[in-house]
Amino acid sequence: MSKIEDLEKKINSELTTKIKESKIKHDQIYISINSEDLIETIMLLKTNEYTKFRQLIDTTAVDYPENQKRFNLIYLLLSHELNKRIILNFFINENQQVPSLTKIFPSANWMEREIFDMYGIKFTDHPDLRRILTDYNFEGYPLRKDFPLTGHNEVRYSEDEKKVIYEPVKLEQNYRNFDYESPWEGTKYIKDQTKK
Amino acid sequence: MPKQSKTLNLNFGPQHPAAHGVLRLILELDGEIVEKADPHIGLLHRGTEKLIENKTYAQAVPYFDRLDYVAPMNQEHAFALAIERILKINVPIRAQFIRVLFCEIGRILSHILNITTHALDVGALTPSLWGFEERETLMTFYERVSGSRLHANYFRAGGVHQDLPRGLSEDIGKFCEGFPKIIDDLENLLTDNRIFKQRNVNIGIVSKQDALDYSFSGVMLRGSGVSWDLRKSQPYECYDQLDFKIPVGKNGDCYDRYLCRIEEMRESVKIINQCLRLMPTGPIKTMDGKISPPTKEEIKNSMEALIHHFKLFTEGYRVDKDDIYTCVEAPKGEFGVYLISDGSNKPYKCKIRAPGFSHLQAMDYLIKGHMLADVPAVLGSLDIVFGEIDR
Repeated sequence: MSKIEDLEKKINSELTTKIKESKIKHDQIYISINSEDLIETIMLLKTNEYTKFRQLIDTTAVDYPENQKRFNLIYLLLSHELNKRIILNFFINENQQVPSLTKIFPSANWMEREIFDMYGIKFTDHPDLRRILTDYNFEGYPLRKDFPLTGHNEVRYSEDEKKVIYEPVKLEQNYRNFDYESPWEGTKYIKDQTKK
Repeated sequence: MPKQSKTLNLNFGPQHPAAHGVLRLILELDGEIVEKADPHIGLLHRGTEKLIENKTYAQAVPYFDRLDYVAPMNQEHAFALAIERILKINVPIRAQFIRVLFCEIGRILSHILNITTHALDVGALTPSLWGFEERETLMTFYERVSGSRLHANYFRAGGVHQDLPRGLSEDIGKFCEGFPKIIDDLENLLTDNRIFKQRNVNIGIVSKQDALDYSFSGVMLRGSGVSWDLRKSQPYECYDQLDFKIPVGKNGDCYDRYLCRIEEMRESVKIINQCLRLMPTGPIKTMDGKISPPTKEEIKNSMEALIHHFKLFTEGYRVDKDDIYTCVEAPKGEFGVYLISDGSNKPYKCKIRAPGFSHLQAMDYLIKGHMLADVPAVLGSLDIVFGEIDR
């Protein structure tokens, strides 16, 4: 079986200009690219006779609200022939659209719907971009970091109206987010003082 | 007068016994032929990934039991592996064997449930009555080791929660002696059964190429003739020391997938027997006091241990900044966790890759052109559990 270093070199030489950064970690290849090179990169990884990444394992997004380019999109691919995994990622702006992979991997369909549902990222050329996991008529994008853990609505069966109704969340006790900053290392303001 | 054709929309589920949970399947029918299937999922969505982001690493483990709730420990395994690889923890060899032992019990649990309910969907009642008795025995093993039949919360980063109680390995050994006979009985009922074959042979055929394109894994992939099992190809824990075979199908239809599952159960029994034989004595979790909590005895005698216990159960341990994808061969296929840690005591992001999600996605492709009565057969052979699909 070929070594992972050779494979990384091969991918780098095939995609020279498109790769921003590549490294090997945990026996997997991690590469960063530009968002506009996505389709070409995936096509090459899938069809090239040296790479053969024939299966899209999963795609997901990560939210970094403090970044200018807010979302990091992640694509995990697997090659059965080479027994190797590759993790592709790139950053996009909040309102930027991403090309859909459904033409290359039909399985990308629901994965992209899930990202749209959870983060509100839109995919161009997607055949059927609907919400998938959340409730019918749901509003907001739950996995964004600024979405509250409790959500906005709660449901209950109303005896008066004889149906299930939606109401704003009312909690008996507010959500408690404890501060577990280690007292041994000192709290943040003390650390700042000692630095001076 | 020209013949008029009209398609009929049929709502299958979400409250239908053959929907294996809360699947709402909207079918477009032309007579009895299915033209289009649109699965509506998410009726069991609990926001697991969001919740995990707000919990410490140890508190996140129970959520994994609630994904694929018929084989809970296999899920916990993927999460524990992710943390261990980031923190570079060495798991003691006894703990590895215990984990593999219970993962294989989970595989048998899941396959019994799938085979028998699949048979139920196509009209055979008896297998489920026989199979569920065995599941009950297996779940008592779960209970004896973790305290609960289903939601075990047993695996920890660095090992398992506690050692096997006295007498458990003997009882598991006894079960393994008798269980192959039960598999034979199930096979007697189903494998050559005329009705079962008529309902499953050549139904829901998946070609090799399509299995890859649709991100299939596990039995769905092996049933189509791709010899791929993470336990063999990317061995984790002590699987490389164990001797077992990977059954592979030929035609990729519902019947081949059934046969693969039957054979996998036999292989699992072999693995369990080997685990019991090879399992050494020794610690069952890492000795690193910053990860595993101290024993009750230590807490009573040492201030330092008491402090560590308190800190581990309030703040929890911290995981270095990193990102990693780890996966295990769960009964249903490749179950993966993509974990991003930021150096704090909570995961920054934890994406769960559930095998059933991709399998159910292919429903439209699988069922197009089949009869309405084939829908439960195909659905049954996909082995879907909504806990993991909806997350």
